[in-house]
Amino acid sequence: MSVNYCGDFKQSYKDDMRVMQTPFIRICIFSFIVFLYAFPFLASTYVVSTVNVIGIAVIGALGINIVTGFTGQISLGQGAFLGVGAFACSYFMREWGIPFWVAMPMAGVFTAAVGMVFGIPSLRLKGLYLAIATLAAQFILEYLFLHMDMFTGGSNGVYFPSPEAGPVVFDTDQSMYYLIITVAIMAVVFATNLFRSKDGRAFVAVRDHYLSAEIMGIHLFRYRLLSFAVSSFYVGIAGSLWGAYTQYITPEHFTIHESINYLAMIIIGGLGSVLGSIYGAVFMTLLPQVLTVITSWAAHVLPSVGDLIMSIKEGIFGLIVILFLVFEPDGMAHRWSLIKAYWKLYPFSY
Amino acid sequence: MDRPAIQLAVEDLHLSFGGVNALMGVGFDVRQGEIFSIIGPNGAGKTSMLNCISGRYHPQKGKISFEGQEITSKPPAARAQIGISRTFQNIALFKGMTVLDNMLIGRHIHLKSGFLKGGIYLGPCQREEIEHRAFVEDIIDFLEIEHIRKKVVGTLAYGLQKRVELARALALDPKLILLDEPMAGMNLEETEDMVRYVLDINQEWGVTVILVEHDMGVVMDISDRVVVLDFGQKIGEGTPEEVQKDPAVIRAYLGDEESVFLGR
Repeated sequence: MSVNYCGDFKQSYKDDMRVMQTPFIRICIFSFIVFLYAFPFLASTYVVSTVNVIGIAVIGALGINIVTGFTGQISLGQGAFLGVGAFACSYFMREWGIPFWVAMPMAGVFTAAVGMVFGIPSLRLKGLYLAIATLAAQFILEYLFLHMDMFTGGSNGVYFPSPEAGPVVFDTDQSMYYLIITVAIMAVVFATNLFRSKDGRAFVAVRDHYLSAEIMGIHLFRYRLLSFAVSSFYVGIAGSLWGAYTQYITPEHFTIHESINYLAMIIIGGLGSVLGSIYGAVFMTLLPQVLTVITSWAAHVLPSVGDLIMSIKEGIFGLIVILFLVFEPDGMAHRWSLIKAYWKLYPFSY
Repeated sequence: MDRPAIQLAVEDLHLSFGGVNALMGVGFDVRQGEIFSIIGPNGAGKTSMLNCISGRYHPQKGKISFEGQEITSKPPAARAQIGISRTFQNIALFKGMTVLDNMLIGRHIHLKSGFLKGGIYLGPCQREEIEHRAFVEDIIDFLEIEHIRKKVVGTLAYGLQKRVELARALALDPKLILLDEPMAGMNLEETEDMVRYVLDINQEWGVTVILVEHDMGVVMDISDRVVVLDFGQKIGEGTPEEVQKDPAVIRAYLGDEESVFLGR
């Protein structure tokens, strides 16, 4: 017997706890994934390379969102942790001959351990003070990258062996695309699941009200450290992929600039939101590229002011970010949920 | 008459912040299954007392034991493990989370799937989540908050937030629940509802209740026993009737004799 319901009714807790609540959303998401896998056949190498950078940024942004957005501990050491992952993975592969598939998770675990060490101040420090402590992590690690030559090659950097799977070598944009997109999807799924189970909820509880979290039986220090560990694991993976993608890594890439860039991603995308990390990563990677296209077009059309426009590109970038913060301080994820709520009731506003 | 066993024993508790003595040699016993109220004027040390029991403050001197086990120096999280739960005077919910998630935090100590299982979710973790969701739904049903279960707590009205906080404390499945002014700031109807819930929690679920409350009508109506604090010292203890007749209590807390019990 078939029954048509005049609404979206759930008959079991299992149904009610689904991430993808309706068949429509399920179809959308699965077709998006299929589209992602077909994408390299449809797009130019340049576009694919951009998506590769976005994919890595998504993993890194998820990482920093776990510690900053979900657990409420501002981390400014993101850039350096990326470096730890990249250098560690490269070292494991070069010196110990470990294949990438094992070296990448190992680098993730190693970065998690380093992240936990620098997360220890979180026992006593909160908010801005913790941010300064993580800033110290950034500078200490940057210094180590430059001076521990045997691991990092110093200022010259080191090459990063390409991942191999039997006869396939991942050394082109197309092949790396599949690697990056697969890992990124796994990272998104894992993070989504994490935040609907015990430990993820505990992270958010620590962020929202740490005193009552403790009263409810959450061991504060353990969860603060754990969030640093999980976050740094993600960042380590992102760093490894970055290394595999660029094939050559130098300390220059892992500076405070990168840390701030990632922080901006999650603030613009949405703190404490998995989707927000994706939006932020896409936005912050595409914006400079779009601006380059626009300014070069403007320079072509209006040669007299073209140079001027080129030189204020960075300024426009900053302006857009600030405008975003003023008009949408809760991030793109929040805006998206407002849009969804609007269309759900359309054309009746309530 | 057979008196139930002592569940929580507080002995000679001293707590001071610098030069301010919040508690000076307070001691009392709370028996299994009773509603035990702590009253006193503002600044008497009631909330400090609850904070000592729940582990947020550590007294300088004295002993607190729960079911025969000394807990004086245990951290708050460990006290939750052995079945002590509480609500706060100023709502201390997780404002960015939904009502359901807030309550599932209450289930935290009973959940076993760590972050690895949680990230994979399928299998044992999902089964566990569903099982605990069912437990939480019972409490939602009991406190009549079905309509807001998926709302973010920060958006709810004050009275509902108070109720959600009680729901979260109950989700822990406590043996002893500490309620810090659960009726504060509520209208008459909400107060009456809350009293009904407290009585049901106590009688149907068999949870011992320690209540701090300023609404004397409520305290005198539902308490089995009352302890009165003033300036960090215990000035009276006994059944509501005994406390009401105690001249020291009347002097310190309730003003002159005539206006005393004309409250609600």
